[in-house]
Amino acid sequence: MAIDTDTGQLTHAIRVSVPERGLKQDLRAVSIVWRRELLRFKADRLRMITSLVQPVLFLFVLGTGLSSLASHGLPAGIDFKTFIYPGVLAMSVLFTAIFAAASIVWDREFGFLREMLVAPVSRSALVIGKCLGGATVATFQGLVILALAGFAHVPYNLGLFLTLIGELLLLAFTLTAFGVMVAARVKQIQAFMAVTQMMVMPLFFLSGALYPLNGLPAWLTVLTRLDPLTYIVSPMRHAVFSHLNMPSLELGLLAPGVTWNGWVVPVGLSLGIVALMGAALLGVAIIQFQRTE
Amino acid sequence: MSEPVVQVNDLVKRYGEVEAVRGIRFEVMPGETFGFLGPNGAGKSTTIKILCTLADPTSGSARVAGYDVVKNRDTVRRNIGLVFQDTTLDNYLTGEQNLRFHADLYGVPKAQFAPRMRQVLEMVGLWDRRQAEVITYSGGMKRRLEIARGLLHAPRVLFLDEPTVGLDPQTRSSIWEYINDLKQREDITIFLTTHYMDEAENCDRIAIIDHGKIVAIDTPEALKASVGKDRVQITTNDDQAAIKELKDRFDLEAAIHEGMVTFNVESGEHFVPRLFAELTATIRSVSVARPSLDDVFMSYTGKTIRDAEATVGDRNRAHVMAFRRR
Repeated sequence: MAIDTDTGQLTHAIRVSVPERGLKQDLRAVSIVWRRELLRFKADRLRMITSLVQPVLFLFVLGTGLSSLASHGLPAGIDFKTFIYPGVLAMSVLFTAIFAAASIVWDREFGFLREMLVAPVSRSALVIGKCLGGATVATFQGLVILALAGFAHVPYNLGLFLTLIGELLLLAFTLTAFGVMVAARVKQIQAFMAVTQMMVMPLFFLSGALYPLNGLPAWLTVLTRLDPLTYIVSPMRHAVFSHLNMPSLELGLLAPGVTWNGWVVPVGLSLGIVALMGAALLGVAIIQFQRTE
Repeated sequence: MSEPVVQVNDLVKRYGEVEAVRGIRFEVMPGETFGFLGPNGAGKSTTIKILCTLADPTSGSARVAGYDVVKNRDTVRRNIGLVFQDTTLDNYLTGEQNLRFHADLYGVPKAQFAPRMRQVLEMVGLWDRRQAEVITYSGGMKRRLEIARGLLHAPRVLFLDEPTVGLDPQTRSSIWEYINDLKQREDITIFLTTHYMDEAENCDRIAIIDHGKIVAIDTPEALKASVGKDRVQITTNDDQAAIKELKDRFDLEAAIHEGMVTFNVESGEHFVPRLFAELTATIRSVSVARPSLDDVFMSYTGKTIRDAEATVGDRNRAHVMAFRRR
């Protein structure tokens, strides 16, 4: 290259050599798609605040309002807010994760998706970057609710927090993958919002976020066991209550874990189900984005 | 060196019943500015989509930068830059962030990114605005940023799909200045589509496409010379009578185009005085034009480009076109 002595401007084209596609290129693509999600999230303060409103309402308003009623069913000294805290944590991630996937629909409407789809990188790299980005952003949102743990009488314990953050990440990734899969099909933002809204509330209410999973009528028992969210709320509740120094009898009563026809699903399997589901949804999303006209 | 950089052979693209591209073949040589000229719906965008690996051909083949667009999709993609009709920028990122995103997707080596970014941004006059969010850019600035981004990874072919559509005339001509300028600086082939006749004149060679077929392919000068005659347009108090009279008395084929009686005749300026003297219908206005690409289009397809657009698509569209003409 040469530099013009008068203007200081570069006069010759800079030689740019674009390398062959490979794993390194794909990883770079994953990373930039991921970082873009973070940049966008950082710039969008309004979204950060609005998506906190609902979990805070559930925790403090519903949690306080129902506590006198619910206290009869809870052991002495256990607040209803503590009971629903894991569910509210999951909820805070739920909305942000699905919304992160909605950005794909926006990107399609505003054309930016095309910029990504014509790049010489694998579509899997793009989808994985997007899911990781959504998962990270949603988990950040969860951290705010996590910071409020004290108000729900949940101890600030490093081990507990790390467990919860890990579980939130897993949940957020699976939910974003679900959202991305829907976004591959649904081309209008209104339709996307309608479809996901229709899914989100049933997912939340059937997950046992607000009530214990034992002693339910048969139809509700079946439905709660079909809800993937159940398998993450239950381990989270187990983690919270096992850090509360309560007798194991009470622990078994409050956080009995998910049961299949009386058999208690171990925490590891429960998380494994969510992870497997996340991987499957990711796979479907990748296949859907692989198609050309 | 003389290998064609774009090579298209008997390309066909069908969407269900509709045959959007009906067997076209052409070649583009390195360093050329090649224009695809035709009305909306003629098959321009479909062809460009296939060349950019965004759509697969139904049959036939295409090679870009020496690689097959179906078999070597990623290699083709690395060697092309794209500017689409609609913007594909992230409005909430800055100009620089948009370019950085592109550089990472295309694997531009990190050490080369900063100088190359500066170069392409200076080329389109956006270096000072690189830290501003794209949402604050005007339409012309956005298009320029897209051109800069399309060049960032130093492609061999730059595809511009309707690069000036939706821009005001002043911005349109400034975009053309940038395009002509980059031809001087970069070793690049430009492939563009347009339905503006005046823009097509900026090309080294033009292919005229209509109903999915190439009807003519040559330099703008040669195409204009092949038409030869001037175009005369008149309005009269009785257009139908005038058309009949032109046929009977002067042996000229006239038809209504754009609301005026239109015909081609050699040395039109000498013919007009005869017309005034001999035509029975009262003439209200006259215009004589040297052959333009519009006439070329007309002589090959039998209609003006705007007439062609009015017949494309549904009736709604025809209404819009009719409305615009008033």
